[in-house]
Amino acid sequence: MSGGASFEFRFDDETIHAEEGQSIGAALIAAGHRSWRSTRIEGAPRGLFCGIGVCFDCLVTVNGRPNRRACLMEAMPGDQVRTQEGAGRGDLSC
Amino acid sequence: MATSPADSRPYDLAVIGAGPAGLAAAVTAGAAGARVALVDAGPRPGGQYWRHRRGDNGALHHEWSTFQRLRQGLTDHADRIDHLAGHSVWHVERTGDGFRTYALHSAGGDRGGDGDGAERVVDSRTVVLATGAYDRQLPFPGWTLPGVFTAGGVQALLKGQGVLAGRRIVVAGTGPFLLAVAAGLAQRGATVLGVYEAGRPTAFARHPVVVARNGVKLAEGAEYLATLLRHRVPYRTRSTVVAAHGTDEVTGATVARLDAEWRIVPGSERRLDCDTIAVGYGFTPQIELALQLGCDTWSDFDGALTAFPDSRQCSTVPGVYLAGEVCGVGGAALSLIEGELAALHAVHTATGAVPDPAAVRRLVRRRRAQLLFADALYEAYPVPLGWMDWLDPGTVVCRCEEVTAEAVTEAMADLGATDARAVKLYARPGMGLCQGRVCGYAIACLVGARFGRGPNVDDLRALAGRPVAQPVPLGTLARTVEDE
Repeated sequence: MSGGASFEFRFDDETIHAEEGQSIGAALIAAGHRSWRSTRIEGAPRGLFCGIGVCFDCLVTVNGRPNRRACLMEAMPGDQVRTQEGAGRGDLSC
Repeated sequence: MATSPADSRPYDLAVIGAGPAGLAAAVTAGAAGARVALVDAGPRPGGQYWRHRRGDNGALHHEWSTFQRLRQGLTDHADRIDHLAGHSVWHVERTGDGFRTYALHSAGGDRGGDGDGAERVVDSRTVVLATGAYDRQLPFPGWTLPGVFTAGGVQALLKGQGVLAGRRIVVAGTGPFLLAVAAGLAQRGATVLGVYEAGRPTAFARHPVVVARNGVKLAEGAEYLATLLRHRVPYRTRSTVVAAHGTDEVTGATVARLDAEWRIVPGSERRLDCDTIAVGYGFTPQIELALQLGCDTWSDFDGALTAFPDSRQCSTVPGVYLAGEVCGVGGAALSLIEGELAALHAVHTATGAVPDPAAVRRLVRRRRAQLLFADALYEAYPVPLGWMDWLDPGTVVCRCEEVTAEAVTEAMADLGATDARAVKLYARPGMGLCQGRVCGYAIACLVGARFGRGPNVDDLRALAGRPVAQPVPLGTLARTVEDE
């Protein structure tokens, strides 16, 4: 489909191709991914749902920061995107 | 606070939201000589309706020339209009002589995403709320599976990102928007297995005058239907998706016929193999900022909670104007008119500049025609309450807090909750990150049903009130308190 220059970012151990201006969520969907988060209570997989920043289902960890809305955040070359487990604050659990 | 405008005088208008209504308001006010802050979460103006990527030629958009004209207006009046892109508003409050808007700039500059970047405070004499709307959802078994999207989400992926949400797609819900989504998907090469319209939109035929006056919109609808026909996409009324199937993602859907109350017609269930389901049951206005400011709200004809405007687009709070879906879902054409009207009256309030009476009369006349059309639409696409029949006890109703239908019922049956507020406290629906935006309507329906009524305004308000409209870092809140 139409778009500008393409580039790459990392999703877990995979290289994802994105077009300039594309959101992280859109690039992941285009690459065939459906989920990139597990819920806090059931551990159920979640991905993109509302696509416009309302539902907070598509949370993902970007460059070490958890809870980014993948549907809103534009992908940038070299981003390190990781699947988010629960609240994404595993570093704080004891 | 961290940042303040170079010019410390308050703006005449703070326009919140840069979709059709907000853009029209900002450009109208700028052209009238007022100083405007246009505060918007998106990286580019346009809102959901004109959502686009950098370099988009507008081929997939309706009325793109209108957008280009408005965008040019922002440039032409750049000395008076400050467009604050990438700014999520989390609170608006009254001050002594106006209003204070609190926003967070997204961390990655204009890349969008979540605000933990710079804080921005905007002082203004008046506020125009043009915050838009999002898809209304009704829960059903399996709707939390990846591959179930809102219809608007699928549309945003297609129009804003150039990405197909899936390959074999079922579109379901109610309202004319489903046709636009399905037609776009089919044109771009997806297999659309069907459009399942839960309603039976025949009421339109009873409004010949409205139909005649809105030929353009109806032609648009006819165009979508023709596209669906060309791609052999079935369009079924009084049927919808009542369950999604799969373990880690969607692999199928159950569609069923519905009776007039939207209960499943026994034996009519049919399984479809699909990888994607796009659902939407009309729209929910984003009214939390209106509620923060104390604007009166009412339950619109289709049961959605909306802020109440007077003939000047002013809310029940002086100085707070409403434009677009926030005061009733009526589409882009109506939003543009409301934006212009709101701006003319807000400019009058802020600067004393009296609007041209002929211009106001013309806008009011056009607004009346559009409102008639919107009312006819509401009548054609009601949401009756039989959808609760689709739920299993274990169906998740609140996606954020993973609260089941059973837990909501228990909060009332066992714990004694008699309204939505109590249900929220006992069972936690609406307490997650989305703050009830997605489940609010459904919870209000479930509570109402137990007490033999429909969703009422109090229950809807209990799930729509959000003192903090967007997630903000605690440090930001703390600094805001210190400042006072």
